[in-house]
Amino acid sequence: MAAKQVNPTRMELTRLKKKLMTAVKGHRLLKDKRDELMRQFLDLVRQDMDLRLKVEKGIRDANRNFVLAKAGMSEETLRTALMAPKQEVYLKADKKNVMSVDIPVFDYDTRTADENDIYSYGFAFTSSDLDGAVKSLSDVFPEMLKLAEVEKSCQLMASEIEKTRRRVNALEHVIIPQTQEGIRYITMKLDENERSTQVRLMKVKDMMLEDAHKYREKQSS
Amino acid sequence: MDKIAVMGDYDSIYGFATLGLTTFPVSPDSPEDAAKTLKEIAGNGYGVIYITEQMAALLEEEIDRYAEKLTPAIIQIPGVKVNTGAGVRNVKKSVEQAVGSDILFGND
Repeated sequence: MAAKQVNPTRMELTRLKKKLMTAVKGHRLLKDKRDELMRQFLDLVRQDMDLRLKVEKGIRDANRNFVLAKAGMSEETLRTALMAPKQEVYLKADKKNVMSVDIPVFDYDTRTADENDIYSYGFAFTSSDLDGAVKSLSDVFPEMLKLAEVEKSCQLMASEIEKTRRRVNALEHVIIPQTQEGIRYITMKLDENERSTQVRLMKVKDMMLEDAHKYREKQSS
Repeated sequence: MDKIAVMGDYDSIYGFATLGLTTFPVSPDSPEDAAKTLKEIAGNGYGVIYITEQMAALLEEEIDRYAEKLTPAIIQIPGVKVNTGAGVRNVKKSVEQAVGSDILFGND
């Protein structure tokens, strides 16, 4: 039995039928959306994992280089050397719509086009290890940005997929069966009412005929 | 035009300044200060925030707040000393969230 009490009226029946139709249509659409999102998500997340491993390795290497560079000169010299960076990075954040999920698209611009501007210090007092360290870090940067884009997209899509999946399940296992149950209940109730009216009419007709023609008296006499 | 921020302990992040990213050195000993810094930069025109795994572990709640938003994208990177593998774990977590179980990368 449906959990909800439904009024067994024709109006309610029409309403429920309409609701069922919408639910079925919505279910089909959401299921398609989920499948497509999932397909894209799986591609993206594989890319994410590859990028992440690459970036993490790159940063670890760069960090190792920096530690080496630091070992080769005094703390003060290093801090002074890196105190005033020459280069600046501007981020252009755009968004792209994939299956109704907004995912970010990042692009970047540097303040100066000269790629040697990452060395913000004179070469006289710093060790050459520092140059290598800075270079290794700058090499990994484009991939870092790509990682940011892909990873954020993955997170957004994952939460959207979860939401869609819940909706699909709610429609499939709750709303649609409940509505069908309601429709069946109303149809049966209406049929039952009709039969009872029919029987009552026949009974009344019998009684009226009996009144008019007195069959029973004639039979017994 | 957005900017890019890097957050973490000084030793892990000072190199990024040369690339033109803005660095925000915070100490892992004072999570409150770090949380405040994160909140400040998140609302201040930074599109991407790289954060060391060590720092991210302390600021999980604050980071979760931005999970649903388009920007800023908060991305974990390994630091100099402490590597927790949280970045990779995060990728697996999003697979789990989407699929229901981690079918791609297994339990390695």
